[in-house]
Parts: sequence; structure tokens; C-alpha cells
Amino acid sequence: MRIAVASGKGGTGKTTVATSLALSLDAATTLMLDCDVEAPNAHLFLAPNFEWQEEVGILIPEVDESLCTYCGRCAEVCQFHAIAVIGQNTLVFPELCHGCGSCTLNCPEQAISEKLDVMGILEAGPTPNGLYFARGVLNVGEPMAVPIIRQLKKWETEGDSQPPIHPDKAANWETIILDASPGTSCPVVETVTGSDFVLLVTEPTPFGLHDLRLMVEVVHELGIPAGVIINRDGAGNDQVDQFCAEVGLPVLMRIPLDRAIGEGIAQGKPLVTIRPEYIDRFRRLYRQIEDITQGANR
Amino acid sequence: MKQLVILSGKGGTGKTSVAAAFAHLAAEGEHPIRAVLADADVDASNLELVLNPTVLETHKFMGGGVAVIDMDACEDCGLCAEVCRFDAISLDERGDGRPLVDPIACDGCAACVYQCPTQAIHMELQQAGQWFRSEGRYGPLFHAALRPAQENSGKLVTMVKQQARLLALDNDYELIIVDGPPGIGCPVISAASGADLALIVTEPSAAGVHDLERVLQTTEHFGLPALVCINKADLHEEATVTIESFCRDRGVEVVGHIPFDTRTTQAMVQGLPVTSSYYDTPVANSLRQVWTRVLAALDGEGG
Repeated sequence: MRIAVASGKGGTGKTTVATSLALSLDAATTLMLDCDVEAPNAHLFLAPNFEWQEEVGILIPEVDESLCTYCGRCAEVCQFHAIAVIGQNTLVFPELCHGCGSCTLNCPEQAISEKLDVMGILEAGPTPNGLYFARGVLNVGEPMAVPIIRQLKKWETEGDSQPPIHPDKAANWETIILDASPGTSCPVVETVTGSDFVLLVTEPTPFGLHDLRLMVEVVHELGIPAGVIINRDGAGNDQVDQFCAEVGLPVLMRIPLDRAIGEGIAQGKPLVTIRPEYIDRFRRLYRQIEDITQGANR
Repeated sequence: MKQLVILSGKGGTGKTSVAAAFAHLAAEGEHPIRAVLADADVDASNLELVLNPTVLETHKFMGGGVAVIDMDACEDCGLCAEVCRFDAISLDERGDGRPLVDPIACDGCAACVYQCPTQAIHMELQQAGQWFRSEGRYGPLFHAALRPAQENSGKLVTMVKQQARLLALDNDYELIIVDGPPGIGCPVISAASGADLALIVTEPSAAGVHDLERVLQTTEHFGLPALVCINKADLHEEATVTIESFCRDRGVEVVGHIPFDTRTTQAMVQGLPVTSSYYDTPVANSLRQVWTRVLAALDGEGG
């Protein structure tokens, strides 16, 4: 089962929920992926020992000037203005390139080959309790998060990278937890796509509600069942509850506004370490999610 | 005219609460300054919830194209699915072996269009969202709504900022306050481009410290001067000290400590900046102090 944790609004507790859910499950068969490649934080709570690392990016064009006739076909087919012919020069703008390969395919002289433009890294390793963890990290100054997330997810599903994410277990994970970035646009969609269930973590405030509504539209559009966790319960008003009741979204857990929890998380402690009784609560949550997804598949 | 961008790296540190307080202080504070507001967090825009805007203009925002297959012209060769690097065309989804485009996964690259031997594919522009010119409680506000699950948020951010800038130039505004998105990627780079100063709102937590470092690397990468303010500064004193020494080592000024106070949330529930609802509180006082220091720094920046 693949469970993505998302929120719309930032700072509502996605990583708190994702890490503690992962830590409450069977470490031997659970994989946790931090897909917030712009601001990855899950490792701060899980303390993994990274044993594997790979540079990733997209394939960008490289023009062989000796073959190029400056016909301009590459620039014509590129939708992103990432390649241009100016006089006797064919220029590539890597920061605009999406790595689609269309210029290479369309060059009548076969003058374009492709090379890896490194945009970030993937890292993986076990945490002290045996949970396996992987993340992507976008390089500073790079605009595009999606290719990193895409490769992080591919790596896990295909398990045929060199070396694979985890030689003994590749593609045999019972549960994969994906921690998304805030927002509702392409990086979040890339993370959530293909999940069996989305946990929407929110807070009971106007900002939390506004962004929860947007995230609910995303999961509806993707056709993925979802449930809500209300964090800092008691902090604001009851409009999130009203909204969930209106649209029939189950509220699966409430984490109260509690200064001790806030302080513990600020120190980098997982919620299940600060409040061990949450281990059982997260296991119950997992069983509820199983029931909901089995119902959805029936 | 100056441009200030408010950033954070980590989400939920209080960017929008700070931006709303600045809007209030610019309009009604001790030293009024004519400011235009721009909400650059286009996929989770919250500034409007505090500024109570009346929308004056609504404009369509067209995003990238999406591949559309003419099934009468298609001969099911499957080349489109083969060349697509975004897994946006599948041949088995329909159950009849014919290609089907997933418009959400489609990147708009048109590689399939050019490879199709029967010219059965064309691109159709999609409306990716809207942007608005509004009159808010404290002056003009430019904001947008990216349709959920859309791409091109960076382009929409650029559009919102361009419009704010045009209005500011035409009407002699002195400042544009840009409420930025979280992260360090494309929409953040768009939000920060052209700014004179970044104010980074951080919080004293392991995650806050980690992401502050990433966002400071980003502003340095683009040569953008930055100031830091620490929100919820009393939540974890040890991390506050870490942030202070980290900033000192990097030569970045910490311009304020905003205490944790549930009244910040209460103000948000009321739909008001905390500096307006709870004027005489430590939170409001510290925000006024941050604002004064930001204005002084902007005065010192050329442009």
C-alpha cells in the first residue's frame, strides 16, 4: 500500500505524521520516501545512515557543431525555448529544458545527443530502528523539483537501478509512505499520483481550511481516496470539521495543540517518541486506511 | 520603487502573517509608505484571507499545452507512448490497445505531436488558473489561483509580480511586498527575481534551521540580500541560539524575534493582521520592530 501525506498549506505537520506513521509500522517491510525535495526534513526525525547516493537530473541536448546545419528545427519543436539557433550558433539553455528529447528526435542531421544535467541527488539508507528511508534533494538554484521526485519514485518501483534501492527488498515493500511538499501544483501531484490513499494533514485555521479545500480538489481529480488528520486541534475554529462533514471526508486522527509536542518536534524528535501512545494510534490509523482502500476497490 | 520578498524554505513558519502585518503597518503604521501587495504563493494563496480584497479584475491564465489525439486519424502505432518521457500516454488504459493521454501527467512538450506518423496529435492550451487585481483593506493586492494539479506556477508568479509592478510604476508606489511560496524551486525563484531584499521568516526547530540554510543558499546563489526574522522564537531557545550564530557566521542580520502567541492564530481566525487586532502585545511590538528594520535596510539598498 502506498500512502502519500500532503497538506496544501505548509507547516501543518506532514512530516510529523509521515515519519511517525512509518515508525509505527513493521520496519522490515516499510519504505519511507521524502518527496519534499526542496525542503526535505524527514531525515532530521529518522536519522538514516545513507549508504547509497546517486546524482539525478534530466537529459539535455548537446549539439555536435560539426554536424549542425543551423536549420532551426530543434528550436521550432521545443515548447520551452530551451534551444535556439542564432546565426551560426545553436544555444542550449539547460534551466529551461524539460528533458523531453524532442529536439534530439527531430534533428535531421542527428547532430544532437543527450547528456545528464544534474539537478539533485537521491539518497537512501536504513534508520536505527531498521526502517528503510530514501529521499531526493534538489540542488540550490535549480528550478525543477518534479524530475527528482519522478526518479525517486521510479527508483523505488522499478528497483533495477545500479545498485538497487535495497537489494533484498526491491519492489517487495508492503507499505510505502511518501511525504509531499506543501502546495497543490506539480511537485505535489507527482508525489501523490499512484498512491492508494492520501492523508491530508491540516490545522483548524482559515489558512489550513483554504488549502485543504484545494488539496481535496487535487485528490478528487486524481481519483484517490483521502482522509484528514487535524493537527493542533483546538488552535482555531471548527470550520475544518464542518467542511469535512459537508464533503464526506473522514477525520481519522486529531493531534491536540500541545506545547510539549511542539517543543519535542522542534528538537527533531518524532511524535511517537514524544508521545509513545501514538504508536497504537498510528497502527489503528493504518488499519482504518486499509479498510477504506479495500472498500474503494470493491 | 523597491521590492521586498518574504520567503521561508519550510512552510508554515508565518510568511503570510508577517506579510499581512507589513501591509497593515505600511498603510496605517507610524511611517506610512505606499505599498502594493503581491501574493506569490499561487497554489496555496492565503494573503487574501487577511486582506479582505474586493476583486476588481479577473484574468485567465493560460498554461502549457496538453496533447490531444484525434482517434479517427490514429493508427495505434504506439510511437507517441514510446517517445513520451512523462508516462502521459498509455496504450492499455482503455482496454483496446489504443493510446490515451493523461492530461495531468502531460508536460506539454509536444514530442508526440512531431513523432506521430499520421499527424493525429495536436496541442491544446489549457487554462491553468486566474489572476486578480483587487483592492484590499490596505491597498492594491495582486493574487492568483492556480487550478489544482496544474503546472507553470512559476509563470503565474511572474505574471502576478509583473502586474503589481506595472501598477506600482504607474501610480508612484514606493514598495511592492511579495508574499512568497515555501521551498526553493521554480515558484520561489520567480518570486525572488527582481527583488531588492528578502526577509526570511524562520522558526526555531530542527526543520526550520535546515530549511533556512537552504533558502539562504538560494538567495546567495541569486545575489539577493537577505534578512532573517525568527518567528515563535521562544518555542525552542536552543534552536534560536543556533539560528543566531549561524546567521552571524554567514553575515546575515537577524532583525527580530517574534514570540509564540496563540493570538497570532486568533487574529488569523478573525481575518485580520495581528498588528491590527492585538495592537499592544509583544507579538505586534516585535513585528513593528521587524518592519522598521526592513524599511531601513530597503533604504540602504540601491535601485
